[in-house]
Amino acid sequence: MADLRVKIDKLELKNPVMTASGTFGNGVEFDDFFNVDKLGGIILKGTTLNHREGNDYPRMAETPSGMLNAVGLQNKGVDYFCDHIYPKVEKYDTNVIVNVNGSTIEEYIALTERINELQRIDAIELNISCPNVKQGGMAFGTSCPMAEQVTKEVRKVYDKTLIVKLSPNVTNIAEIARGVESQGADAVSLVNTFLGMAIDAETRKPMLSTVTGGLSGPAIKPIALRMVWQVAQAVKIPVIGIGGIMDATDAIEFILAGASAVQVGTANFVEPNTTINIIEGLDVYLEKHNYNNINNLIGGLQL
Amino acid sequence: MKKEVSNLLVTKNIALNHDNFLIELKADSPVEQILPGQFVNVKVEKSPNTFLRRPFSVHDTYPVTNSLSILVKAIGDGTKALSAIKEGQYLDVVFPLGNGFKMPSKGETVLLIGGGVGIAPMMHLARISKEIGADVHILLGARTLNDHILIEEFKRYGKVHLTTDDGSLGKKGFVTDHPVMDGEIRFSRYQCCGPDPMMQAVARKAKQNETECEVSLENMMACGFGVCLCCVTKTHEGNKCVCTEGPVFNINDLEWQI
Repeated sequence: MADLRVKIDKLELKNPVMTASGTFGNGVEFDDFFNVDKLGGIILKGTTLNHREGNDYPRMAETPSGMLNAVGLQNKGVDYFCDHIYPKVEKYDTNVIVNVNGSTIEEYIALTERINELQRIDAIELNISCPNVKQGGMAFGTSCPMAEQVTKEVRKVYDKTLIVKLSPNVTNIAEIARGVESQGADAVSLVNTFLGMAIDAETRKPMLSTVTGGLSGPAIKPIALRMVWQVAQAVKIPVIGIGGIMDATDAIEFILAGASAVQVGTANFVEPNTTINIIEGLDVYLEKHNYNNINNLIGGLQL
Repeated sequence: MKKEVSNLLVTKNIALNHDNFLIELKADSPVEQILPGQFVNVKVEKSPNTFLRRPFSVHDTYPVTNSLSILVKAIGDGTKALSAIKEGQYLDVVFPLGNGFKMPSKGETVLLIGGGVGIAPMMHLARISKEIGADVHILLGARTLNDHILIEEFKRYGKVHLTTDDGSLGKKGFVTDHPVMDGEIRFSRYQCCGPDPMMQAVARKAKQNETECEVSLENMMACGFGVCLCCVTKTHEGNKCVCTEGPVFNINDLEWQI
């Protein structure tokens, strides 16, 4: 068995396989399928300060090799999280990370302060890239000054590992990555979904209630891979690769591009055991290619 | 029963008519634990445009062979690919998912209503309801005579009533035009699955007749087990996932304008 352990700032991961926020519930939904403790980490469903109902149905459209979603951060707010969800995820023997969202900087700060009180939450992922909310969300992640400002303010109130989740809906993602790094981000995760849309030609109506939504799945993988590669060149902090990862080969590609860890998202919907299969597949790959430690593979793209 | 991802052996694929197929799958876990109204989520191979799994109600279970069946109407790429599966092949299935219908008490009179492919979960519900000792009525609606399937099978479990849009079989019109829904027979409950407009029409009848009514919703979903939050329906307690909090809902809980 090769050594699959990686580090993301202070976080020690058993392996580089994590789950992307909004695709893994709070972990407990997967307890029937496999032992969640085997994962490198889990990123819980995006949380906001106050309860959010999310967007109207339909919120999803299947597209070639992927899907659009427009959930809109449906969640019951941080009080509910602390009282009802946290007690259920405390049991996990893996890194448990909360995805933090706000429509103002004050909301990001207030939410982070609440999460900071929870001992078993090992890190936060600052979501400045949700394309499905009217205020905040992606607005923070598509403007370099705003991305820097929110990172800076949250950094002041949070000592544990701060991951910033980047939007791909920008001209120069490396610039945003460098910006949040300069303001104290410990790692960046990328990419969130691409803004897209789908139309039903028969009814001449949009497929989503919100008209536009976030595209995910294998359709986005080549673009995500390019962005991870560009960001990995641009920053010194660890990069977490996300975007259409369906199997171990996909994960290896992101690691070769410079990702220290990966998040599996949409694949969890199609094949609930994807993450576990990837962990096994990584080990097989390392053995086959005579690596005894996955760290030797990070950024190992042969140019 | 715990959810599982399993490769299930296809033991039968019966063409019921031009576009409806009954696919029987052998399970390892005991199928007696599957509740009427629960569903399975099937991965579709050999269909490049089908990325997500496709949900199907469990049509019935067969404890003797430990099998379950699904009813597939070949409409889109995914269901067409699925309908071509052969005996001896395997289907990758996540199951059992969702919650079931309310079970009747012995002696209760119930009306199960299925429209189109919405008849799918009604066989299981009819069989179990009869086994419990309920007086089961089954109302099936389809476009034409040729679209009606499984009538003889339904007759084993209750009194069958039929409608067609064109009057080629049974009463002409929608299920709500059938006299069995006129309120003369006092049913404990209507239990319904079909297109949304049909279920809303049934819900209106239920209100008029002061009859309890459950509907099984078929919202589009990505995961089927409560993590994508895509299949929501509005209820008096906010958005609920059709996959984990349904698919069966009491109409009094839904924010339907009826």
